[in-house]
Amino acid sequence: MSANRRFPDTVAGPFESPPVRFTDGAGREIEIRAYDGSDREYEALASMYDEFDPADRAQGIPPSDERRIREWLDNILGGDCLNVIAWDGETAAGHATLVPDGDASELAIFVLQAYQEAGIGTRLMKALLGYGAESGVEKVWLTVERWNQPAVGLYKKIGFEISDSESFEMEMAIRLGDGESG
Amino acid sequence: MRILLGVGGSEESLQALQQTVERAVAAGDDLTVAILEEVTGERSADDIEADVEAELDAHDLEAEIRHIEGNAGSELVSIAESEGFDGITLSGGTTSPMGKIQLSSTAEFVLLNSHVSVTLIR
Repeated sequence: MSANRRFPDTVAGPFESPPVRFTDGAGREIEIRAYDGSDREYEALASMYDEFDPADRAQGIPPSDERRIREWLDNILGGDCLNVIAWDGETAAGHATLVPDGDASELAIFVLQAYQEAGIGTRLMKALLGYGAESGVEKVWLTVERWNQPAVGLYKKIGFEISDSESFEMEMAIRLGDGESG
Repeated sequence: MRILLGVGGSEESLQALQQTVERAVAAGDDLTVAILEEVTGERSADDIEADVEAELDAHDLEAEIRHIEGNAGSELVSIAESEGFDGITLSGGTTSPMGKIQLSSTAEFVLLNSHVSVTLIR
């Protein structure tokens, strides 16, 4: 599938890299930081996904039971993956991740239900793309259910373009770099 | 039940083969294995056939093996419907690097077009 994935020609951004602080739409002070690899942050994420509404799952992730959640987190928090977390104090309110896939990366973003529709998703997405660009990631893709128009709209606003609309899930892609700068 | 199992070259296909053969033995299903030439990927149809035969032998199960050329999804549906199969079984797709479940185009076609029951193996 990744063989015929198309990416935009033009570079999007620049995006501000984390840490990013802001007041969300509900008046909460939110800080977005890169995942620091600590047990404390890992456990905060595991709790966030434990509370996650199954109706907001996408193509099987996050998994619904604790053992599978931890297996999945081990996979996306390790290696060369890039992760940013939106914090409301000690509570993980949202999380976005870039997982390497050949010369590109796959992106996913999740915001806990109580924190949705407050502008956190957009900030989280931009912070992750800033972090990715800073780390040398040039091409990013994601899949989204085609009926999820709010998400598609958000991704478009940020600079994603539809790269494949023929399969069951819609694929979108963005370019963060063109290999010219180091 | 008469089951038509579609098998391609993916690892998920081999897993589907294994589970379906085990299920056929337990349930007494009449199994036909269709090797999908369109989606053999990096493997050859002969390699896949050897895997199918090994799996059948390991469970002492008799099953017809066929090679299907052309569009895998439409051929599976048309064979199942015209030859009175009770169901089509195939692998439920792959997962992305992120772990997202992705439906293959074959599985998508079969799900949307088949009038007989479809089982996706996960």
